[in-house]
Amino acid sequence: MKKVKVYVTLRESVLDPQGSAVMGSLHKMGYGEVADVRIGKYLELVIEDSERDVDSLVNELCHRLLANTVIEDYRYEIEEVVSQ
Amino acid sequence: MKFAVIVFPGSNCDLDMYHAVKDELGEEAEYVWHDSKDLSSYDGILLPGGFSYGDYLRCGAIAQFSGVMDEVRKAAEAGKPVLGICNGFQILTEAGLLPGVLLRNKNLKFMCRTVGLKVENNHTLFTNEYEQGQEIQIPIAHGEGNYYCDDATYNHLKENNQIIFTYADDFNGSRNNIAGIINERGNVLGMMPHPERAVSELIGGKDGLALFKSIVKQWREAHVSHA
Repeated sequence: MKKVKVYVTLRESVLDPQGSAVMGSLHKMGYGEVADVRIGKYLELVIEDSERDVDSLVNELCHRLLANTVIEDYRYEIEEVVSQ
Repeated sequence: MKFAVIVFPGSNCDLDMYHAVKDELGEEAEYVWHDSKDLSSYDGILLPGGFSYGDYLRCGAIAQFSGVMDEVRKAAEAGKPVLGICNGFQILTEAGLLPGVLLRNKNLKFMCRTVGLKVENNHTLFTNEYEQGQEIQIPIAHGEGNYYCDDATYNHLKENNQIIFTYADDFNGSRNNIAGIINERGNVLGMMPHPERAVSELIGGKDGLALFKSIVKQWREAHVSHA
């Protein structure tokens, strides 16, 4: 089995009002050095071993549902899960 | 004319949509559950507002894979009128039946009020009962109605007159104040404002009624030749 960690983030060209609000709050708290905040999503998938190539599977999942590629980018990491 | 009002788990404007078509227009309407496998007996498909599947992941993201959506696609391909309002619009963009996407409002607030809209194109089956450039008052109720698309898509929409409604004022950040767009073929309309909530003076205005009347008028002209 594999654990896949998927990070979905808004594209650079898309405004992130939520991130801007959080940055504004951090600035008010005195953390003026924070230059930008972008909010995204983190998903963990556990995928059973099969004949299907895991990279092509994860890309398909991301394109079809997990990310909307009109506004979002995604990246992922794959870890082996050692069964007990 | 017989309309299907698609009901997803979390839809909450389905009753208003049904009321508009059935009680105000006197047309046939039925609620159709999201796992229905056959829409062939309906002449028009209505995707209501609400929070399908709790807006999990993204608004409309889960609903696009509901069983009924293959049938909605078929209806769209067959040229039947498909109208998505609010969450229905979000579902249509996620499903790829309309371009672009709806982002969080620029001020992060859920906004619920009546706003001015301009009819940008009255040469559609959804707007033929309006005047070109007419200003109408329609309620909005959304947290994620900030329409976004890239430059190429916007130019394409503009050139093909696919922008149907724009907001009189920018309150949610939508690109060029876009409130509603249509597909290239002209039979799939998505809009964030709620015309189904503006069908009677009793509830504050009836500027939305002409949209439903337009659909029925066009359908009658095409299907009832010897009336």
